[in-house]
Amino acid sequence: MTSVIGTWIAAGLTLAIFSFLYRDNPAYKFAEHLYVGVSAAFAVLYTWAFDIWPMLVEPMILGRGVADPVDRWILIVPACFGLLMLARWIPRVAWLSRWAISLTVGIAAGLGITGQIQGILLPQIRGTLLPMNSIDNIILVVGVITTLVYFYFSVEHKGLVKAGARIGVVFIMASFGASFGYTVMARISLLIGRLNFLVTDWLHLFR
Amino acid sequence: MNFFEKLVSLDRRFIYLSLGLAVIIPIVFKLVLPVRVSEPVRAAYESIERLTEGSTIMVSIDYDASSEPELQPMLLSVLRQCFAKRHKVVLLGQWPLGLPFGEIGLNAVSGEFNARASSNADSIVYGRDYVNLGYRPGYRALMVGLGREFRDFFAADYRGTPLDNLPLMRGVHNYNNIDLLVGLEAGQAGDEWIQYAGARYGLNIVIGSTGVVAPDMFHYLQAKQIKGLVGGLQGAAEYETLVKHPGTGTAGMVAQSTAHVLLLVFIILGNIAYFVMKGRKQP
Repeated sequence: MTSVIGTWIAAGLTLAIFSFLYRDNPAYKFAEHLYVGVSAAFAVLYTWAFDIWPMLVEPMILGRGVADPVDRWILIVPACFGLLMLARWIPRVAWLSRWAISLTVGIAAGLGITGQIQGILLPQIRGTLLPMNSIDNIILVVGVITTLVYFYFSVEHKGLVKAGARIGVVFIMASFGASFGYTVMARISLLIGRLNFLVTDWLHLFR
Repeated sequence: MNFFEKLVSLDRRFIYLSLGLAVIIPIVFKLVLPVRVSEPVRAAYESIERLTEGSTIMVSIDYDASSEPELQPMLLSVLRQCFAKRHKVVLLGQWPLGLPFGEIGLNAVSGEFNARASSNADSIVYGRDYVNLGYRPGYRALMVGLGREFRDFFAADYRGTPLDNLPLMRGVHNYNNIDLLVGLEAGQAGDEWIQYAGARYGLNIVIGSTGVVAPDMFHYLQAKQIKGLVGGLQGAAEYETLVKHPGTGTAGMVAQSTAHVLLLVFIILGNIAYFVMKGRKQP
């Protein structure tokens, strides 16, 4: 019975959202606001259940899963930085939140730099150093070089550089076209998913 | 008003209606097209198939409801393949709102296997054959940290059971104990797994992604940073074909094709009308 009610609610909300395709209306607005509210509530619950409770309250206050007292009480440091984030709500001490933001920005930048170099730049350069013994490899190497030429602005684009940049534009456009094609496919897939739900799970037109 | 003038001023709702019909008719009439398996999808399938029985596979649920039609069929197919090969599955996620989909998938596929099982040894048992760790914040820091020790982030699983009480997790401490990561990606998390778990720790990775993300994953495949790639609903349908269990991915492919043909017709007609009207305006 619960699943039947759930299916009817989901179907009703899907149709309410689809009704926007005709024109904006109160049913659409209701579904939209409900979605935002439910998502926010869900996120708050998850933050408590999977973040604050198991990673702060349990180990530090209840002492669960922590043998060494140092590991237990060191958690005061991130807890304090977390609380400093909330200082943004109090104008007089809002500047304190910058310390916490600095910490997160610093960590993200440090991880980002190593990740980009170790995980993208070097492996991708290695992946481009290919023998020119097949059409695929030739297209790939020419595509990389001419695209880089297009984004090289230290010299004026004329002569050979201009020709290279023009070829680079063709590769860039082909890339945009592929991305757009995949995006269309993805959006149609979402429509298929919803209509499949309406036809199969709600209306039971086929199994 | 002639044909081209009508076409240029066509009500957009007519296009929505046409697209809706192009999608819903093949679904209602259960039309099916043969699915040809592409090399990136076959490589993904073979990466799991080649592992020795009882290997440990980590599945990351990095999507939520908005990408469920594309990625949930992939999850179900991967789980069917893993359980059929008696691989162990460790599930976690970087998207908190996506974890329920992981739990739904695990329950559905383990239920299918258990309905056919004749003994406990044949069954797919939680804690022994699969585990759902749930979600923890941290993203990049978590991906790096798991390479050191899972317990630093996951003291307990999704249900609150301490990790060491789960037989499967007793031998799993870091990426050295994981044979393959299957990342199901609707955003940037796939790139992050490749950069932080793949490049830094040498973890073998297979990516299943939405159609929007797939083009950004091909360069990783070309550079051999990932073992295989399953892209969009088409990829899901191909994977379902490989595991011989057609599902919503395969069922959606005819609708996908008719919708694409319709869009192509609209694009071509729209361009013809545009150029005809432009030619008439010029003296």
